[in-house]
Amino acid sequence: MNKNERKIFKNNMLTYLMVIAFFVIVQTMSSTGHLSNLLNALLVPICVYTVATLSLNLVVGFSGELSLGHAGFMCVGAYASALFSNIAQNVPLVPRFIIAILIGAAVAAVFGFLIGIPVLRLRGDYLAIVTLAFGEIIKNLINILYVGVDENGLHVATTSNGYKLAAGGKQIMKGALGISGTSALYKPIKSWFFLIGIILVLITLFIIQNLVYSRTGRAIMAARDNRIAAESVGINVLKYKLTAFVVSAALAGVAGVLYSHNLSMLKVSTFDYNLSILILVYVVLGGIGNLRGSIIATVILYALPELLRGFSNYRMLIYAVVLIAMMLFNWAPAARNWRSRMLEKIRPGKERKEAA
Amino acid sequence: MAMLDVKNLGISFGGLHAVDDFHVEIEKGQLYGLIGPNGAGKTTVFNLLTGVYKPNEGIIKLDGNDITGRSTIEINKSGVARTFQNIRLFHKLSVLDNVKVGMHNHHAYSGLSGVFRTPKFRRTEKEMNEKGMELLKVFDLDQEAFIEADNLPYGKQRKLEIARALATEPKLLLLDEPAAGMNPNETAELMDTIRFVRDHFDMTILLIEHDMKLVGGICEKLTVLNFGQILCEGETAEVLSNPAVITAYLGE
Repeated sequence: MNKNERKIFKNNMLTYLMVIAFFVIVQTMSSTGHLSNLLNALLVPICVYTVATLSLNLVVGFSGELSLGHAGFMCVGAYASALFSNIAQNVPLVPRFIIAILIGAAVAAVFGFLIGIPVLRLRGDYLAIVTLAFGEIIKNLINILYVGVDENGLHVATTSNGYKLAAGGKQIMKGALGISGTSALYKPIKSWFFLIGIILVLITLFIIQNLVYSRTGRAIMAARDNRIAAESVGINVLKYKLTAFVVSAALAGVAGVLYSHNLSMLKVSTFDYNLSILILVYVVLGGIGNLRGSIIATVILYALPELLRGFSNYRMLIYAVVLIAMMLFNWAPAARNWRSRMLEKIRPGKERKEAA
Repeated sequence: MAMLDVKNLGISFGGLHAVDDFHVEIEKGQLYGLIGPNGAGKTTVFNLLTGVYKPNEGIIKLDGNDITGRSTIEINKSGVARTFQNIRLFHKLSVLDNVKVGMHNHHAYSGLSGVFRTPKFRRTEKEMNEKGMELLKVFDLDQEAFIEADNLPYGKQRKLEIARALATEPKLLLLDEPAAGMNPNETAELMDTIRFVRDHFDMTILLIEHDMKLVGGICEKLTVLNFGQILCEGETAEVLSNPAVITAYLGE
């Protein structure tokens, strides 16, 4: 390992440790009763949004494309897996959940691939607009989808009375009412969901960090930095942009799986434009291309509005101020200089060694 | 057989014949210069040779293989690498990583073995690091291997672009105005570098340049383009003393 690789390795390990430490601390607080019910209920969603933010950072930070349809991939993953969990109720609990996760990832990946092929030929604003449209289209499609199951098999329709279920049949997806009761199916492992969420965050980190610091990741970043030069050294730019996009979509699908299995009511209206923007805000504030920052930003910004409920009407005002402050802290040149000076003060020995 | 053999190459944009009936034959190991006034079509020729533009007519043969009309990626794989007039580095990647991107197709492992850090990944990365550092040493860039390419001084960025092109293990190297924006000292150093690259890597080089000192100093043969057509070609000394060439450059 050379100097650079050692640095990256240390950095990666630090990120894993940070996530594990977060889990240990929160879990301890929770089991000793120091966490309110409100906060307890936030833990799994924090994992959901962390996975989503990390996956979006792969596209925005490393592939350099602005995607505004990330909620769409979460939505696809959430619905596909919830559908599976409801249909395959005879499969034992743990394998069922694992298969559900894989299905969510796979279906989202397929959508990522299909959307990616035409979209990644576009650049910049166009790409943003098409992904935005994708998110809305998916939402509206699922909004009118009715799925039921009976002894004759699966029934799909676009209206509530599109099919007749035989006696003993079950209506699973009910259009705008979505899918209900998914979390009840997993009652025995419900208390493990936070742990499962943390494991999914770690897996996501593992995939993205290792992908980025490999041949594939270099090609992805080379295509971002200079498309023409990348092609001139024989890199298939479209292929690598597509790889990043599909991996990102699959991981967003996983976030969707966790989301849908944690809820008793899955409604499509959750996966709207605002959600895509929210995730993008986490990515930008955490630092584009900075995975650890993504996690920190998600935890703080997701928990903040809930923690501020005591301030009632001033809640969103404070939230906005925090957003601006974080933005300045992360991106303003003066703040960045100040930060690097502080870092030098904290570890002067190391800096001197590097300078020598 | 010539390393590069181009016949009757032409492209027009709308009604404009940007390049017309261009031909050139470059032997292996030759240092060949392409000169001409601004707008003569020199960079267009490079873009045709590297597949950025598809020629309307003509044949491009590299080492006996017809590469006419192939994509940039395929042409690079078959052995043509280039640098750019305005430097195009992967500016957020480290200097070493820039070179490692150049090795992309010659040192391959799958994305999955990258994610799971398989032995193949480790072996290949080690090879790439060693070869990359060797290459950087040749260009006196090894001290800067781990800084961002963006932070290199201008002259070194030019060198890094050449190193990255060589990392693709080409048969033919195209340099588009390598001395642009350099002071006389840097240009002199660059001349040494180019000569060294030719000798050390046994490379065939075609370069575009305006700096006549550089062209006269290192090129063995020249082709002069004017208004998209060949004005004159031959041995460097002959071409540079040709009255038609002097007129084209300096006017009547």
